[in-house]
Amino acid sequence: MEKRKKLPPFKILSTTAILGYGFPESSFKKGLSKKPDLIAADAGSTDPGPYYLGSGKSFTNRTAVKRDLRLMIKAGVEKNIPVIIGSAGGSGARPHLEWCLDIVRDIAREEKLHFKLGIAEADIKKETVLKALKNGQISSLPFVPPLTPAVVEESENIVAQMGIEPFIKLLEAGAQVIVAGRSYDPAVFAALPIWRGYDPGLALHLGKILECAAIAATPGSGSDCAFGTLTEDSFILEALSPERKFTPESAAAHTLYEKSDPYHLPGPGGSIDLTGCKFEDLGQGRVRVSGSRFIPSDGYWLKLEAVRLAGYRSISVAGVRDQIMIDKIDDILKAVEVRVRDILGKDSEGSQIYFHVYGKNGVMGELEPVKKTRSHELGIVIEVVAPAQAEADAVLALARSVLLHYGYEGRIATAGNLAFPFSPSDVAMGKVYEFSIYHLMEVSDPAFFPVRIEQV
Amino acid sequence: MKSKGKRSIMKVAQVIRSKNSGPYELTLDIIFKERRYYELFKKKKLITAGKIASLYGVDKADVLKIIYFEPSQAIKVTLKRRIPSGTPGDTDIYGAQQHAPLLNIKF
Repeated sequence: MEKRKKLPPFKILSTTAILGYGFPESSFKKGLSKKPDLIAADAGSTDPGPYYLGSGKSFTNRTAVKRDLRLMIKAGVEKNIPVIIGSAGGSGARPHLEWCLDIVRDIAREEKLHFKLGIAEADIKKETVLKALKNGQISSLPFVPPLTPAVVEESENIVAQMGIEPFIKLLEAGAQVIVAGRSYDPAVFAALPIWRGYDPGLALHLGKILECAAIAATPGSGSDCAFGTLTEDSFILEALSPERKFTPESAAAHTLYEKSDPYHLPGPGGSIDLTGCKFEDLGQGRVRVSGSRFIPSDGYWLKLEAVRLAGYRSISVAGVRDQIMIDKIDDILKAVEVRVRDILGKDSEGSQIYFHVYGKNGVMGELEPVKKTRSHELGIVIEVVAPAQAEADAVLALARSVLLHYGYEGRIATAGNLAFPFSPSDVAMGKVYEFSIYHLMEVSDPAFFPVRIEQV
Repeated sequence: MKSKGKRSIMKVAQVIRSKNSGPYELTLDIIFKERRYYELFKKKKLITAGKIASLYGVDKADVLKIIYFEPSQAIKVTLKRRIPSGTPGDTDIYGAQQHAPLLNIKF
């Protein structure tokens, strides 16, 4: 076998857990002084729920994202270090990507920076999903209902989490700054080192930890940088501010976070196998990780995400302090819904009415094991979801007024049942989305995502 | 009735938390302070699908898996979300406050 040159350590500066969550400039500067080969951040998550993907809005703030990006891009372009951002705008569909690109162009103009901007889109056409469905190339994840053509048709902003391949395509084309749509979180960190020949298991596992930046350190923080050094047989993690460090416990514990199986972390094209993984304390707040392996899957599968419109929401917030009412609250709320539906008849048929009763089971709903309410007061959020905003407003207004004056058995406080903290008491919340697609799709070309280079 | 000599899990756990693992799953982590308690829970099978199902009042089939994670001396349990994150009727978008029933475990 031909003897090849040993790979030098590959150094990655991860700035923040989610682009826009911020990071101390001192940590960033310390990271830069270590001469990183890559500056990267993940910008996305499905955690804030389906609304953001559906509405095309970012769950992060523009000013905050601009502040983070300005520091990253300025340093990257000036020092010739690639800057990679994944899941732009939080959800990574076209409107989110455009939102983020607009910020990048603003920064370039303001700072008089010129660079090759690589762009990768994560949007997937309905026809593509329908075709895959027909060909048996769609697979359901646990507890997710099987996908149907009707659900695909109802869905909006279908995206797929891209793997490393579109990033590599853009790096090959000379991109200095890459902004991508929805991406597999570790891909932004792992694409460049894997392209340079580093082990994919180690690179992806390092990416999996760095995507949350200093959350994996102790004390953890989503608003601080983390530094990773990848070698041929392991990687080293370190924090960049004096108040935190990495320990084997903190790094391992992070591997548990938000995942259903910490030994096998599935992603595009395969999974990271951590069954032989070791976390070793190197002292001075540094941890060495080894033994992570990438196991390619049978066929290349991508995770699809999409949402559909579930209706329009209106809410009202109120408190109850009357013990007689608190004792009967379940019966009262049931009776109020019956009364509302009786009055509105057909006009309320499409509406869902929910009472979130804080102090009783507002947090856990039906899962709440404590059945006997001991609170001396309750907070009630009345929620209506209807096919149109006007309908939601109307049903909510009636539910609120019926509950306010409902004459329950034994009532002695006859002036009104609710304490409203606000006037107006009702809030129209607008569109409500729900996840509709959360499935795997098999593709023949992992780099099929549209990519382009823009000279900024 | 309180059984004599039983200890609360809160005495031996460093972390007890819940969080979404995607919009359709809820994942519960118990990280132990000391290895010996992790080993005890593992050996005596103190956390089972049946136990979790009864604590949460759900079907055993809704408990997807229970995994013992050596590097963190932790037990991870993954459950079906009652309602997917953000679907009308949901009460906890991030799934971050669904761990409370675990605090009642005695051993």
